[in-house]
Amino acid sequence: MNKVLLIIQREYLSRVKKKSFVVMTLAVPGLILAMYGIIALIYLKSNEINSKHIVRVHDESGIFQGKFHDKKRLVFINADQPIPQSKADLKKNHDDFLLIISNRFPQPNAVQLLSENKPNFNIIDNIKDQMNQIATANSMVEAGIDTAKLNAIRSEVSVNAKQITDKGVEDSNVDATYFAGVAGAILIYISLFIYGSQVMRGVIEEKTTRIIEVIISSVKPFQLMLGKIIGVGMVGLTQFVLWIILSTGVTYIAGGFLMKDHGPAKTEQSVLNKPGISLSAGNAPAAPPSPALGFYNSLQTIHYGYILSCFLFYFITGFLLYSALFAAVGSAVDSETETQQFMFPITMPLLFTYLLSFAFLINNPDSSLAFWLSVIPFTAPVAMMVRVPFGVPDWQLALSATLMIIGFLFTTWVASRIYRVGILMYGKKTSYKELAKWFFYKE
Amino acid sequence: MITRYPLQTGSNLATLNFISLPSFKGTILLVTYLFRFYLSLKHKIPMLSIRNIVKQYAGHRALSDVSLEVESGQIFGLLGPNGAGKTSLIRIINQITAPDSGEIWFNGEKLNQSHIERIGYMPEERGLYKKMEIGEQMIYLARLKGLSRAEARKRLKYWFEKLEIQDWWSKKVEELSKGMQQKAQFVATVLHNPDLIILDEPFSGFDPVNADVIKDEILELNRKGATILFSTHRMESVEELCNSIALIHQSHKILDGTIKDIRNSYRNDTFLIEYTGPQLILDGSEPFELLEEITDENHIIRIRLNGHTSNQVLQYLLPKVQITRLQEVIPSMHEVFINKVNQIN
Repeated sequence: MNKVLLIIQREYLSRVKKKSFVVMTLAVPGLILAMYGIIALIYLKSNEINSKHIVRVHDESGIFQGKFHDKKRLVFINADQPIPQSKADLKKNHDDFLLIISNRFPQPNAVQLLSENKPNFNIIDNIKDQMNQIATANSMVEAGIDTAKLNAIRSEVSVNAKQITDKGVEDSNVDATYFAGVAGAILIYISLFIYGSQVMRGVIEEKTTRIIEVIISSVKPFQLMLGKIIGVGMVGLTQFVLWIILSTGVTYIAGGFLMKDHGPAKTEQSVLNKPGISLSAGNAPAAPPSPALGFYNSLQTIHYGYILSCFLFYFITGFLLYSALFAAVGSAVDSETETQQFMFPITMPLLFTYLLSFAFLINNPDSSLAFWLSVIPFTAPVAMMVRVPFGVPDWQLALSATLMIIGFLFTTWVASRIYRVGILMYGKKTSYKELAKWFFYKE
Repeated sequence: MITRYPLQTGSNLATLNFISLPSFKGTILLVTYLFRFYLSLKHKIPMLSIRNIVKQYAGHRALSDVSLEVESGQIFGLLGPNGAGKTSLIRIINQITAPDSGEIWFNGEKLNQSHIERIGYMPEERGLYKKMEIGEQMIYLARLKGLSRAEARKRLKYWFEKLEIQDWWSKKVEELSKGMQQKAQFVATVLHNPDLIILDEPFSGFDPVNADVIKDEILELNRKGATILFSTHRMESVEELCNSIALIHQSHKILDGTIKDIRNSYRNDTFLIEYTGPQLILDGSEPFELLEEITDENHIIRIRLNGHTSNQVLQYLLPKVQITRLQEVIPSMHEVFINKVNQIN
């Protein structure tokens, strides 16, 4: 046992000391920092957009005259000067617009919006919306429909998603759950691959450098395999723990910075959350929603502790399960290029579940397919991570966990029987038949 | 030559225990110890006793019923053409693989996991972790053999100084030349002071200078008491180093014994005679058979006695030529090897 600890120590230290480990460990918090940077940038930009624009309206059709509503950032003025004069003024005020509606109005190309700067998409949308409403109202009046009555009848529906849990009714944010499911699936899929193939590469390295024979004259092949798997697994865990600590730190600092500097963000958010917000005439002028900030807030509704512990459990068991198989593959080949034929069946269930999680599982987390995929050990890590944020019955979680443990014990046993023979085989191209033969070797 | 008795620290301590504090367990151990000591005096216990080993691989038989004994303190050569089964046997001794049948006894005990730490093994296919520093790597390998970190470091310092490679300590393996790596590998093999050192083709890949350095080290370790078992197909090194050999061919042991005995048993009454003066003219009455005649500055003839003695040959030659040399031709191990293998084929 002491020797296994030695092997674990070497495998762990040799990887943690590598530059690539340090870079990877810093890259993720760096990305999160960058994400906050982008959020802040979007916010600052939206402030810039908030500067007032004056829209001079030349309405030759007479339909729109005086019917535009001023918005927070848009002020409509009836132009009482000739068009060329307005065009000249436009050169002086870069932020202003000139809206020309010709008397051919309902026909195409009757409306022109002129500006010195390229107009912002939101502004065009806003003007278009208002014009549509005014034109519709106008048509209704012409057709003899009472618009006042119509407005009274029009209902505004909004769905407020709540989830019934043991603790009572809770606000549930479907977007964030969705995000947590997808993120968990991606993360576990990628990390199983990254660390699994690290085990495989380690085995191939020992085989190609031929140090293997020296080492297994001191320890049993199984001890070496176990030491390597646990060592690499601990590297993975170290990386996750560092990521969590650093990311939480970055989030905390960046979040605090964002909230302090841009106080109105919260109020804006509450406006956004009010049901039935629309740009229809008569509503209070609303600030443009900042989608990034809304997302930031919804992220806080996720149960991090629960998901995190599930993630760690499925990472550890999934890693043990798959890395044993990866180790067996590494032992059977002479170089990394030969791994293809054996990698395919191993990675199939993972890839299959991964693809399915976006196409199906995330939308049907309680379907029977999702259930089966999340209890079969080979597919469970990815499938379960998709389901966990939506809530999984305890018995299913327990069943899946038990099967995961049985699963990794089984694959480790199978893999170690192939591994002990494979590491001493050189120069032969291995087939599946050969692997089966190795499995049944006495010793 | 140092004879090693199966005297282990464990039983020593138990003996002390018995003297200071008599106990039943202590008595038993003392009796066992004395009995084993008696046995070891009576029959010298071989370092390695290989008994009827059979190893079958899927396609072929690697070892069929191989038995041999390696005496304590010997330098033992395991010879045989490529693919004869040498490496299979060595792997079994190192407990890397297990035999299908047969037993191995190590210093009077049936081979088990505890013996791993008393064996040093340098495989034919050698290698080290490329990206790891030499010093750390040597310590790691020694610790896998049961040494403590401090002890490994101490001994490594000794070896690095001895081989004058101190400045390698923090170099990575990939920065060293192939020959340097081999040297390091040898150090790794002997760092834990094994009782039995197994070297598979130890000189392959060494340049002549380094091969000599390693040869001297092997001899010195042997003088200090280590038993050496090495496999090779280079016969010069066999005659230079080995006391005994075993020849394995096509999974069978076809020959074993001390070098002296084997060579003597392959004597075939062949002599070499060198003389000066006029060339000898043979008329058929000579008491030998001429095998070969070489004439340049001196005359050399190779003869077979065919039942006569060397004195009779001298009597015949003395009046005719001036003899400068008479020497019996004992076949070299190389010739024995070729001869024996061809005989089987």
